[in-house]
Amino acid sequence: MTRNNALMDAIFRNVTRFFAFGVFSLLAAILVSLLIGSSLSIEKFGAAFLWNDNWDPVQEDFGALVPIYGTLVTSAIAMAIAIPVSFGIALFLTELSPPWLRRPLGTAIEMLAAIPSIIYGMWGLFVFAPLFQEHVQPLLIDSLGELPGIGALFQGPPMGIGMLTAGIILAVMVIPFITAVMRDVFDLVPPLLKESAYGLGATTWEVTWRVVLPYTKVGVIGGVMLGLGRALGETMAITFVIGNAHRLSASLLAPGNSIASALANEFTEAVGDLYTSALIELGLILFLITTVVLACSKLLLMQLAKQEGART
Amino acid sequence: MNAKLDASNRVYRFRRRVNAVMMALSAAALAFGLFWLAWIIATLLWEGAAALRPSLFTQPTPPPGGDGGLSNAILGSVLMAGVGTLIGTPVGILAGTYLAEYGRRGWLAPVTRFVNDVLLSAPSIVIGLFIYAVWVAQVGHFSGWAGALALSVIVIPVVVRTTDDMLRLVPNSLREAAVALGCPTWKMITLVSYRAARAGILTGVLLAVARISGETAPLLFTALNNQFTSTDMNAPMANLPVVIFQFAMSPYEDWQRLAWGGAALITLLVLAINIAARMLFSKKH
Repeated sequence: MTRNNALMDAIFRNVTRFFAFGVFSLLAAILVSLLIGSSLSIEKFGAAFLWNDNWDPVQEDFGALVPIYGTLVTSAIAMAIAIPVSFGIALFLTELSPPWLRRPLGTAIEMLAAIPSIIYGMWGLFVFAPLFQEHVQPLLIDSLGELPGIGALFQGPPMGIGMLTAGIILAVMVIPFITAVMRDVFDLVPPLLKESAYGLGATTWEVTWRVVLPYTKVGVIGGVMLGLGRALGETMAITFVIGNAHRLSASLLAPGNSIASALANEFTEAVGDLYTSALIELGLILFLITTVVLACSKLLLMQLAKQEGART
Repeated sequence: MNAKLDASNRVYRFRRRVNAVMMALSAAALAFGLFWLAWIIATLLWEGAAALRPSLFTQPTPPPGGDGGLSNAILGSVLMAGVGTLIGTPVGILAGTYLAEYGRRGWLAPVTRFVNDVLLSAPSIVIGLFIYAVWVAQVGHFSGWAGALALSVIVIPVVVRTTDDMLRLVPNSLREAAVALGCPTWKMITLVSYRAARAGILTGVLLAVARISGETAPLLFTALNNQFTSTDMNAPMANLPVVIFQFAMSPYEDWQRLAWGGAALITLLVLAINIAARMLFSKKH
């Protein structure tokens, strides 16, 4: 009986370890498979792939500059909107909201993350973009478009779809992720610290800005990085509204392309090994960028947790 | 007492005003978030109501201009999500068990936990590319199996994470009590830890199902699409998200209406699963 149990113990332990190792090697497996898939394109174009702005399936000349630019610009717009909004929501949920409202409001914000990406895209294309085109974009072109310097960002015809539209929808999609992390780290602040500040006569805003935020700085940055990682890899929503134009334009109102949307649009239609290989290399670049961003996010959050452990 | 903190003190009044403005902005931020949620759900209900008819569930996707429903896409989605969950759940639970129960010493558990968190947020389109490279390109054709496999790669990190978290919430005194009674480790885990964490682990599986029900990107180049009703997992397979994508981008109005019907269907299902998972979890804790 005991020998049987010892055997079962060994089996159970090793089976679970086997699967844990499987999960561990999944990341490497993805990386290696993408590397192999893109070897043709890597050999042909070398590092110049990164700054070549051509994307010509007929001449078989491919470069990643336009999709990389589109990915970075849409994510930057998304972060510019999502960071302050998420901070506001997290502040409301941790400091202002009456306790009985906290759960329903928090759940409602989390539901934004549950809505599938394709729904955002469809809604963005059919509902948001036309309204944006008619009411907001002409306003932007007439006001901001006239200014020197940043004016170049808001020029051209109002088309509804484009990088700005994609960025705004992306912002709504990452708000729940950033909010969730900010809420969690705000809750880590010891009540004693906050109460001391309140006792000295600080207002809620002063407590948030001078006590809560410095204490949770690392975690907040981690949350922002998590949101950024999500924004960079978002596919379907962007594919609907970015316009899919392989063109580099300064104006945010112009259509563009992101890595993920280029893949979604072109991969199944790609003819020829080099074309497919170039698309896989795009996927590899996206995977490398998001992995680095997400790893940084995780490291920062772990650092806050460790700090927390050291203090208590 | 010049520095009295009341309404007559100018500095204090200013600070109070800054506070009021900031708190108003914070409430506005919340309203901003809720506004989008309400707008999207209202649109879906409005547009979806026009498309939700019994034929949506009984007829396959029509050619442009024809009459039809989404039955083949619904069937394909259920099949692939089902197989994806069946593959991903045991792998995820076992790996999560190792992290929580055996991973106190050694390098594998902390590193795997880290890698798993990266995978949790990895772009789903890259997962599609991965399955394309290791399966579709080798076999030579798109298939339902490839789609299910891509979905299972998305299920695994979600289940690993919740299993790990939930098992670590189980009080050690329970484990010690079992071991003190002479219970071997594997029995302790299956009979005590799993039972204590059951609701939490189930929540994780439900959340994973909700997540893959609406995933489009990983299916685009694994399962592709199929105009006809098919249960052959070895052939390209229709599925709701890809059909919605294709129909919404088409110029035909009746296709777009079907896409709205499918979109409403998926969103209601996903939100319902999410809320059910939360209720299940909060009842236990």
